[in-house]
Amino acid sequence: MTVPSGRQGKCEFTFTVNGRRETVRAYPMERLLDVLRHELNLNGTKEGCGEGECGSCSVLMNGELANSCLIPALQASGAEITTIEGLAGESQLSVLQSAFLECGGAQCGICTPGMILSARHLLNKNANPTTDEIREALSGNLCRCTGYAQIVEAVAQAARHRSAE
Amino acid sequence: MTEEHIIGTSVPRKEGRDKVTGAARYVDDMTLPGMLYGATVRSRFPRGIIKKISFDPQFTWSEFVIVTARDIPGKNCIALIGDDQPCLADGKVSHPEEPILLLAHANPHLLRKAVDAVTIEYELLPAIFTMEASERREHIIWGTDNTFKTFLISKGDVDRVWSKADYIVDGEYTTGAQEQLYIENNGVIAAFDLEQGITVWGSLQCPYYVHKALMALCGLKEDKVRVVQMETGGAFGGKEDYPSIIAGHAALLAVKSRSPVKIIYDRTEDMTATTKRHPSRTRHRTAVSKDGKILGGEIDFTIDGGAYATLSSVVLSRGTIHAGGPYYWPNIRIRGKAVATNMPPHGAFRGFGAPQSLFAMERHMDRIAQTVGLSPIEIRRRNFLKPGQTTTTEQTIREDIDLGKLLDRALELSDYPAKKAKFAQENQTGPIKKGIGLATFLHGAGFTGSGERYLASVVGVEGCADGSVRVLVSSTEFGQGTNTVLCQIAAEALNLPYDDVRIAQPDTNQVPNSGPTVASRTAMVVGNLVRSAAVGIKQTLIASGMLGDAYSPEEFRAACKNHIAEHGKLCSTARYDPPPGVFWDDEKYRGEAYATFAWAAYVAEVEVDLSTYIATVKDFVALQEVGKVLHPILAKGQIIGGVAQGIGFALYEKVVWQNGRMQNGQMTNYIMPTSADLPEIRVFFEELGNVHGAYGAKGIGELPMDGPAPAIVNAIEDALGARFDSIPLLPEDIFETISADGVR
Repeated sequence: MTVPSGRQGKCEFTFTVNGRRETVRAYPMERLLDVLRHELNLNGTKEGCGEGECGSCSVLMNGELANSCLIPALQASGAEITTIEGLAGESQLSVLQSAFLECGGAQCGICTPGMILSARHLLNKNANPTTDEIREALSGNLCRCTGYAQIVEAVAQAARHRSAE
Repeated sequence: MTEEHIIGTSVPRKEGRDKVTGAARYVDDMTLPGMLYGATVRSRFPRGIIKKISFDPQFTWSEFVIVTARDIPGKNCIALIGDDQPCLADGKVSHPEEPILLLAHANPHLLRKAVDAVTIEYELLPAIFTMEASERREHIIWGTDNTFKTFLISKGDVDRVWSKADYIVDGEYTTGAQEQLYIENNGVIAAFDLEQGITVWGSLQCPYYVHKALMALCGLKEDKVRVVQMETGGAFGGKEDYPSIIAGHAALLAVKSRSPVKIIYDRTEDMTATTKRHPSRTRHRTAVSKDGKILGGEIDFTIDGGAYATLSSVVLSRGTIHAGGPYYWPNIRIRGKAVATNMPPHGAFRGFGAPQSLFAMERHMDRIAQTVGLSPIEIRRRNFLKPGQTTTTEQTIREDIDLGKLLDRALELSDYPAKKAKFAQENQTGPIKKGIGLATFLHGAGFTGSGERYLASVVGVEGCADGSVRVLVSSTEFGQGTNTVLCQIAAEALNLPYDDVRIAQPDTNQVPNSGPTVASRTAMVVGNLVRSAAVGIKQTLIASGMLGDAYSPEEFRAACKNHIAEHGKLCSTARYDPPPGVFWDDEKYRGEAYATFAWAAYVAEVEVDLSTYIATVKDFVALQEVGKVLHPILAKGQIIGGVAQGIGFALYEKVVWQNGRMQNGQMTNYIMPTSADLPEIRVFFEELGNVHGAYGAKGIGELPMDGPAPAIVNAIEDALGARFDSIPLLPEDIFETISADGVR
C-alpha cells in the first residue's frame, strides 16, 4: 500500500466509472485501486501484488488496459474507467463472462475480474484474435490455477460469439 | 425421476457467476464497523536472543494496540501436530521473518510506518541454512539432533542384492523451494466479544485446523471459537497450516483491543514469511540385472523443514512412500528424514513431498536406462508394478491397472518415437536443440495410512424448508471445484437437478468437521460421505411415507417441506468408516498406504536455445487414470493448472536465499509461467473407476504436480546430452552445466 504524502491533504476528484460520474475525496497519490475499492465500494477489482506484475487490479482507463495499483487518483481525474462491475447487464452476463463460466476460465476467481478486462481490451482492439494473440495479450495477467488454457478458450469462444452476433 | 446423470457432466461452477461478475467476497472485501488493521513485526535475523525492543518516541504508541508473547491468554504455540512453533517469539528467534510483536491501528498507512519504528536488538547465534550443515550438527538448533522425523521402509533383503547385480546405478537429485503463489495473499479478520468468543473470517483451506489452533492459543472452549472461510483466491497447500498463524495474530489483537482486526499480507510479506515447498535431496543406489530388471535399491530422501516441525513429518511421509515410483521393487530400503534449518518453516504445496521424491525416481530411471543400454520406455516397461504385486510398503495392487498400456497410449498421443528420431537428426546442426522426455508415476489419494481412520470425517446433508437440499461440510472451495463436485454428487444420489442442491459456506458453527481440504481427498473421501448422507435423506423421506420409491423433483421438494413441517429439521449425517481388510502399521510403515492410487504417463517436448540457454516446453501430453471423471471441465482444469505449476517448478521458479531470507519475494523477480510461456497442455483421461470413491472417483488435484518436472528435465537431457539433476533449471544453470560438461 502506498503511503500518501503527509503534506498534501485530500482533494476532490471526479471521474466516470462504469458510465456514472463519481466525485470522491482522496489523497492525490492514493492508488486508483484503493479509491475504487474503499471510496466507491467496487470490490471486484483485486490486489494481487501491488506492483503491476500480476494484473489482478486491471481496469480500463480511457479504453486502455491499466493496473489500478499503479495509477494515482490524480492521474485518473477526468478519466473514464471500466471495472468488472461495469461489464454485466442487470441480469445478464456479458458474452465474455458467460464464456469464462462455460469454459472453466475461472477457478479461484481472484484473477478473473482483471483477466476478463484484459480480454475485453483485446477484443475491443482485435475482434478475431488468434490463439497466440490471445496468449500474448493476456500475458500481463497472472493466473496460478488454470494454466491459462481454459481462459484462452473462453476468450476465443467469446470472440466467435461476438462476431456471430 | 430423471434418468440423466449429473456425474460426468460439466455443470456450471456453483460460485462461478459471482466470480465472473466480481461479486464473490474474499476476506479483503469485508469490513466491520470499528475495524482496526493489524501488522506483524518480524525477525530480520535467522537465529538469536532478543535483548531489547524499543519504540521510536516520535510515534504516539498509546494509539496503537501492541501485542507480545506475554499477552497470549492460552499456550504460545500453533497447535498442529507438534506444538513447537510459537505464535510469537518469546525471548529468541529461530528464523528470519519470525513474528515477534503485533501492532494494530485504524490507519493502515500509519501502521506500516509504525512497524518500521520498532527496533529489536539481538544477540545473534550461529545459524544453519543447509540440510548438510544440519545433518553434520554444526549447531544443534532443534531438539537433540536437528531431526524432526525419520521413516524407514524396508522390504525384502536389500543387503543381498548388490552381489547379484550386473549394474549398480547411483544418483543424487535435488529440488528447490517453491512458492505456492496463490494470487490472493493470506488474510483474515478476527472479532472478539465475551459472549461469543472469537470469530475469524479468512482465506483458508482447513477451518477446523484454525479452530483447533485458536482454542489452544486463546484458552477458549470449542463453542467460543468460530471460523468462517471466505471465498479463497487460491491455496495449493499454502493455506493449509499458515492461516492458523495469521488468524492467531488477528485474534490476539482483537482480544486485546476488543475491536475487529483485519490482517492482509502484502505480496512480499506473503512470499517471504509464509510456507513454501520443502527443498529436497534424494540419493538412489539401485541394483539392476543386465536385462534391466530392478533387483533392489536404497533410497535416502531428505527434506529441509525449516525452523519448526509444522507439517514436515507428513510431507516426509508422503514423499517417502512415493519415492519408489510406480515400479516393482523386490527389495528396497527407503530412509526418509526431515531436518531443521534456520529458514522459515516449509509447508504444504500440492503433491506434498511426492513431486520431490518422484522427480528423483524418474530422473534415476533414465539414468538406469542409459547404464543398462535400454530406452527410457523399455526400462520402465520392464519394471512397472502389475496387479497382484506389492508396492514398497507391501500394499498389493488390486485394481486392474496396466501401466504398459498407459505408457503406450501416451507415446502414441505424443508421437514420441517419431519425434525422438527426428530431433536426434535435427540436433546435429543449429543452435536450437530439441528433446523429448517422459515420466510415469502414481499418486496416493486421501490421507496416508491410518490418517483417514483418525480423521473420522463427518458430513451432513440437509433438507431445507423450501424443498431444496444443502450440503454441510468443512471442505473448502479454493478454485478446484469442491462446491460444484459435492453438489453434483448429492444431486446424483438424490436424483435431483443440480440447481436444487446448494452447499453451505464453511463455518465451524454451521458445518461438521469433514476434515481438511488437502491430500486429494475431497472428491473421493468426502464425496463418498456426501453421497451416503444424501441417500440417508432419501431413505428418511421414503420411510416416512411422504415420498415414493420413484419420484419427481417436485415430489421430492414437497416431501421435504412436509417432513420439515411435521418433524422439524431434516438432516442426515455420514461418518467415515474404514473399508474392511485395510491394514496399516504406523511403526513399520507397512501396509495399505492409500485406499487407491491415480496413475499417469506424461510426455514433454522441449527446445533449448543455445544462444540464450532458455528451455521452452513446446508440447505436453498428460495422460492419467483417475477413476471416474466427475466433471470433465474441472478435471481438465486441475490437470492443466497442475502441469503449469510443474513447469514452473522445473524451469522458472527459483527462491534466492541469503542467510535464510528470501531475497526475491516479489512477482517481478520470482517468475511463474504466464500465458505466453506455456505450450498447449494436452490432457487425456483413462477411467478405471474406484470402489472407494464417490461414483468411482479418485483423487486428482495433486497428481499433475508430480510428473512435469522429471519429464521436462529428461527431455532437456535428451536435447543436450548433458546431465541435469537439480531443479529449478534456469538458463544460467543450463549454461553452467554445459559449460562444464560440454554438449554432445
